[in-house]
Amino acid sequence: MTWALDHIGDIMSRAGQHAWLAGLPLVLGLVIALPLGWLAARRPRMRAVLLTTTGLLYTIPSLALFILLPPLLGTKILDPVNVIVAMTVYTVALLTRTVADGLLSVDGSTQQAAIAMGYGSFARFRAVDLPLAVPVIAAGLRVAAVSNVSIVSVASLIGISQLGYFLTDGYARSFPTEVWVGIVACLLLALVFDLVIQVVSRVLTPWTRTVAA
Amino acid sequence: MIRFEGVTKRYADTSGTDRGDGSVAVDDLTLEAPTGKITVLVGPSGCGKTTTLRMVNRMITPTSGTISIDGRDTASLDVAELRRGIGYVIQHAGLFPHRTVLDNVTTVPRLLGTDKRTARSRAMELIERVGLDPAMARRYPAQLSGGQQQRVGVARALAADPPVMLMDEPFSAVDPVVREQLQNEFLRLQSDLGKTILFVTHDIDEAVKLGDQVAVLRVGGVLAQLDSPAKLLADPVDDFVAGFVGRDRGYRALSFAAAPELSLTDEPTVALGASADDVRAIGTPWVLCVGDAGEPLGWVRAAAVESEVTRTVLHRGGTVASTTGSLRALLDAALSSPSGRGVVADDDGRLVGTVRAAEVIAAIEARRDAVASSTPAEEATAR
Repeated sequence: MTWALDHIGDIMSRAGQHAWLAGLPLVLGLVIALPLGWLAARRPRMRAVLLTTTGLLYTIPSLALFILLPPLLGTKILDPVNVIVAMTVYTVALLTRTVADGLLSVDGSTQQAAIAMGYGSFARFRAVDLPLAVPVIAAGLRVAAVSNVSIVSVASLIGISQLGYFLTDGYARSFPTEVWVGIVACLLLALVFDLVIQVVSRVLTPWTRTVAA
Repeated sequence: MIRFEGVTKRYADTSGTDRGDGSVAVDDLTLEAPTGKITVLVGPSGCGKTTTLRMVNRMITPTSGTISIDGRDTASLDVAELRRGIGYVIQHAGLFPHRTVLDNVTTVPRLLGTDKRTARSRAMELIERVGLDPAMARRYPAQLSGGQQQRVGVARALAADPPVMLMDEPFSAVDPVVREQLQNEFLRLQSDLGKTILFVTHDIDEAVKLGDQVAVLRVGGVLAQLDSPAKLLADPVDDFVAGFVGRDRGYRALSFAAAPELSLTDEPTVALGASADDVRAIGTPWVLCVGDAGEPLGWVRAAAVESEVTRTVLHRGGTVASTTGSLRALLDAALSSPSGRGVVADDDGRLVGTVRAAEVIAAIEARRDAVASSTPAEEATAR
């Protein structure tokens, strides 16, 4: 505890970097997964291809991706952009399926009514399908957020500053306290992410909290 | 007017087997739904009635033939514009769960570019018009009962005041009591609005009750008969239609015959609070009790009155027919009355007199004889 208090400045700054490295990809991944999921929901054949491909992306080991990306992107190995891109790939892998599932979960008669009222396909996506898919998408985002926080810590192996540093450094120095501090900080960060997503989802879906007649 | 001309919908054979040209949902349909009237499409599952409906707003594209609305071929119109000009009501209402009742109703006007304030004030009017409490406007669909959701569905379809409405089994998913209320209110609404309505149902009773004309379709999408409800019940063209319109059609057809002017029998009555002696003084086993305004309240069995006539001793099984009602209501009043004397009231609900089943039957027979000996022109006016 005293160790943690003594190093609070360092912990907070690494937590901030960790949040950035895990959080920005969540937003970027969602932005990319929305059109992909929309396509997957509309075209059954595209669905099979897209969901298999994005699912496979998730199986690439993170360390391998951190090392493979620099030559592909033309970045330096220590550039945080590599981590951002890698985490975005994982987020897309998780969220494409979620977005497709969310859009497909919209009640058939609701969709039919929207079509019959003269919504074009994009307008229907924006005004009807997407808002109704928010609860499902938020659930997927929560999984992706926790997964991102956990995977980002691996990046300390390639020397990118974030909370994972405490794990590797504590291990190297045989200093368990530091490892514990790293674990607890990651956990708290994941909780904060989870909370933020839940709050935003609640604000966007007032209709889900109404009492049935 | 909605006009179908030689409309066929054939689905491609997707089974992979070589069975030729696939299944036919609608077969060479020619039909006119006149302006301001309700045309009901009725038939068993697989008769293509919903397909027919959905071809009007192009949610399904016909394989051949043309559908026109007021002389304009629907295929030539912009599809979004076409749909926004047609009210559409479906079975489970299909409301948007994430929007309040008010925002559901304003959907089409907003799509058409009406400003929010105008759209909302018009929506509030409609919400009241379909029989909902204005306080419901702020609720979400999940907070409403099935019947209330269906009312919102109707209000939403009417919001942009479209001349044409398509209704696909709108009242099928609610319980029979609510269904009857919705049907009656729908008919009242239609008598004010005079929309051109195409209405799909599998329920022949609903078809006969709501339709100005009824189209019976058989499996494979072939039009079997298109007629007024009275003609359909009285004169089915073939065994299929006869079987489909069902039993009791002789009785049900009486719904479309106005009650004739019968000489009614004056009925001695008692008021609530009358003593047992007053009741027995009348001398019949059943005595009719009326309220202050002369409205029939129910029959009292004289022997069952202990001290005075109270609401609890009233027999409420008998129906009351109106002088301006149908022969069916008249006959039913006589049949349902414990005394055998059917109660008849005027339009204000005041007792006019009673009638026996035999007298109603005699009137039915007399009417039949008159129709049988009349010329076709007279027959039309008799209906």
